[in-house]
Amino acid sequence: MMEFISQPWAWYVAGPIIALIMFLLYYFGERFGVSSNLETFCSIGGAGKFVDYFKVDWKKNSWNLVFVAGGITGGFIATHWLTPSNTINLNPQTIQDLAAIGIKNAGASYLPDEIFSLDTLLTFKGFIILLIAGVLVGFGARWAGGCTSGHAIVGLSNLELPSLISVIGFFVGGLIMTWLILPLIF
Amino acid sequence: MSKAEIISWYRIYEMFKFQSFHMYGVIGSAIVLGMLCMFLFRKKIVKTFEGNEIYIAPKKLGIYRNLFGGILFGLGWALAGACPGPMFVLIGKGVVSILVVIFGATLGAFLYGYFKDRLPH
Repeated sequence: MMEFISQPWAWYVAGPIIALIMFLLYYFGERFGVSSNLETFCSIGGAGKFVDYFKVDWKKNSWNLVFVAGGITGGFIATHWLTPSNTINLNPQTIQDLAAIGIKNAGASYLPDEIFSLDTLLTFKGFIILLIAGVLVGFGARWAGGCTSGHAIVGLSNLELPSLISVIGFFVGGLIMTWLILPLIF
Repeated sequence: MSKAEIISWYRIYEMFKFQSFHMYGVIGSAIVLGMLCMFLFRKKIVKTFEGNEIYIAPKKLGIYRNLFGGILFGLGWALAGACPGPMFVLIGKGVVSILVVIFGATLGAFLYGYFKDRLPH
């Protein structure tokens, strides 16, 4: 059993677990969507003083915050006790492509040092890249009305046109970044 | 999320390079099972534990909102290699840099709220 848990999980394990989590959230009268928490953070931080949009009773979204706290806890548990190896088994072609754009040792850990290491964080360029990535995610998700959870998973499951358009948008943006912009950054 | 490596920057990169089926399998199988859940909710076969009907609030439709918002999100997703859920899992993993991304995302949500009335939807 522990052996099974310690292995990297295949897609057919992870996908159904995500669906199960969604099912349980709705079963308990909640909703599934992570990016709305970003607005909740703004409300908690007092953004309602500047922008009426954030004048909401954030306590009604508190379950969603619990979900986030659960994510942090889960990440901690998985990392410390259930992941014997931190390497990511990548397609050799992916490793080669990444080396060509300046990202070395692809797959040696979960994240590339060129973006996430502390040394990179402490450079101006590294800090700005992380900040811009975040702003794009937060601004885009709220403009579109959802992120991967709310649009791609709930919205597509529910056969919603807005979600289909948004997910197409996610891919247009993602492909532009991966194919055109990333090669210019490093 | 941590266990299936879907919080790995590399998994997002290879997805957008179409070099692995992994992410498509994860998201695709979640959607297929999600459709089953939605069917059970809509037909009222499954209700909440309190017996209320489960209603999924429809998403707002707007070609500018969905498409432009989606594109910006996609740019950020591929750069950060993480969407909002995995960002929090990465905190648990002890990745300090992700705090900057989350701060940025919160700032992004604030900027959206600030400029909301001036954006096309």
